[in-house]
Amino acid sequence: MKELLALLKQNARLSNAELAAMLGKTEQEVAAEIADLEHAGVIRGYSVILDEELADRDAVSAYIELKVTPQPDCGFDELARIIANFEEVESVTLMSGGYDLGITISGTGLRDIAGFVAQRLATLDGVLSTRTHFVLKRYKEKGIFILEEPDDERGVYL
Amino acid sequence: MNYQELMSKRAQDIAPSPIRKYFDLAETMDNVISLGVGEPDFRTPWPIRSAAISTLERQSIFYGPNSGMMQLREEIAHYMERRFNLPYCPENEILVTIGGSEAVDLTFRTLINPGDEVLICEPSFVCYAPLVRMADGIPVSLPTKEENNFRLTAEELRAAITPKTKLIMLSYPNNPTGAIMRREDYEPLVGILRDKDIFVLSDEIYCAMTYGTKHCSIAEFEGMRERTIVVNGFSKTFAMTGWRLGWMAAPAPIIEQARKIHQYAIMCAPMISQRAAIEALRHCDAEVAHMIEEYDHRRRFLLERFDEMGLRCFEAQGAFYLFPSIESTGMDSETFCETLLHEERVAVVPGSAFGECGKNNIRISYAYSLKHLTEAAVRIERFLKKHRS
Repeated sequence: MKELLALLKQNARLSNAELAAMLGKTEQEVAAEIADLEHAGVIRGYSVILDEELADRDAVSAYIELKVTPQPDCGFDELARIIANFEEVESVTLMSGGYDLGITISGTGLRDIAGFVAQRLATLDGVLSTRTHFVLKRYKEKGIFILEEPDDERGVYL
Repeated sequence: MNYQELMSKRAQDIAPSPIRKYFDLAETMDNVISLGVGEPDFRTPWPIRSAAISTLERQSIFYGPNSGMMQLREEIAHYMERRFNLPYCPENEILVTIGGSEAVDLTFRTLINPGDEVLICEPSFVCYAPLVRMADGIPVSLPTKEENNFRLTAEELRAAITPKTKLIMLSYPNNPTGAIMRREDYEPLVGILRDKDIFVLSDEIYCAMTYGTKHCSIAEFEGMRERTIVVNGFSKTFAMTGWRLGWMAAPAPIIEQARKIHQYAIMCAPMISQRAAIEALRHCDAEVAHMIEEYDHRRRFLLERFDEMGLRCFEAQGAFYLFPSIESTGMDSETFCETLLHEERVAVVPGSAFGECGKNNIRISYAYSLKHLTEAAVRIERFLKKHRS
């Protein structure tokens, strides 16, 4: 299972036949294993990694640090769920350290994001403070190079 | 000055690398995908690099003991014992060298008298025959066959031995074929060699890269240790090619002679690399296992793709090479490689570079990312379609 997941993390578009060849299994076995992983909720979905600049020149992303008051019965979960429900929000994580929730959002412009933070996030019950960091450039995401891959410096020596 | 007249005949008689010209050409072309290199694509695992950095920060880099640091020799002995059940004494049976290549050269220079014959299993890495010649020996090629999975058979060995045979050169897991020798394949050879005054040089530089089977060394057999020189190194196993570090393990009288040559020519292997290598042997099993797992995925991926495109390929179980047969195209390996480079911009190595018996094959290295291999396979498939119809 670990090997299969490692391969899918590198490239989720590998076909079952290709995965089967690489793992020394049958296509049916791979299909069943993936179905099990999806069913068990280990695999939550498949997405695509883009060079956002090429895909949409106007796209803007930001990382927002949120300090919040935990609720007596459910801690941070309820607020995190509310935030996760916003369509603009790409990820929500509970963090250790100087703040509580880390959020990534994307929009079509600076104003979009500023509006979202000021009107939707900051006003939520329990949110104490926000700090917004805009993404200037992406170099690598989920193990995939967004910039050009480093040159292969190896020569050919027999 | 008339250089040709004055310089060593022996040196001038060595042929330049047969593929140099062809890869120089590849370098002038755009959009070339190479499957040509013979070294890992992985970076040296971080604990090893970190050990080197801290060596630079905290130690003076002086000359070290001629045989290599004692601590390193002890770790090498542990490693050989725990991995291959091969006990060697760190005091006088292990010599740390500049890569496996120096150990190969030292072995030839230590054992060969003028006119001695050295049997070289082919296809094989290209350095053996020239180094044998430089040591005044006579290289005798011992071709292996695809139908035997490129393993050396007892009949082939028996037929090649003459009264002048001093040494037989084995390199498994093999570059370029990816062939391995299993315990049962060595047994009949051992029966022949055990009662003869013939040495065995076993180049086991790819020992960590076996898929589905555990590496077996010919030195493990009873009666073989005393006549075998095992050469190994850090380059492939730990992705440390540029660190230039290897070793030879052999009976004490052989090491004693080899050490003299090493002492005068080399002094000692690089000390930064030696300190880093101690870390490699102690703490990097998990990193190595991870690399091997990835190589295996790529190996299986390419074997499957070659099968789909009808390119016959022997199922290599070692190293990081495949050696498909290109006979079905009607081209010899050099023509195939040149045409493939021009038409599809894929650079691979002609099998003929590794011996006459490789002339119908090409060497494919899978020390590349899956993405890279996928694109190369698409191009090769297109090329084959075109040239078969």
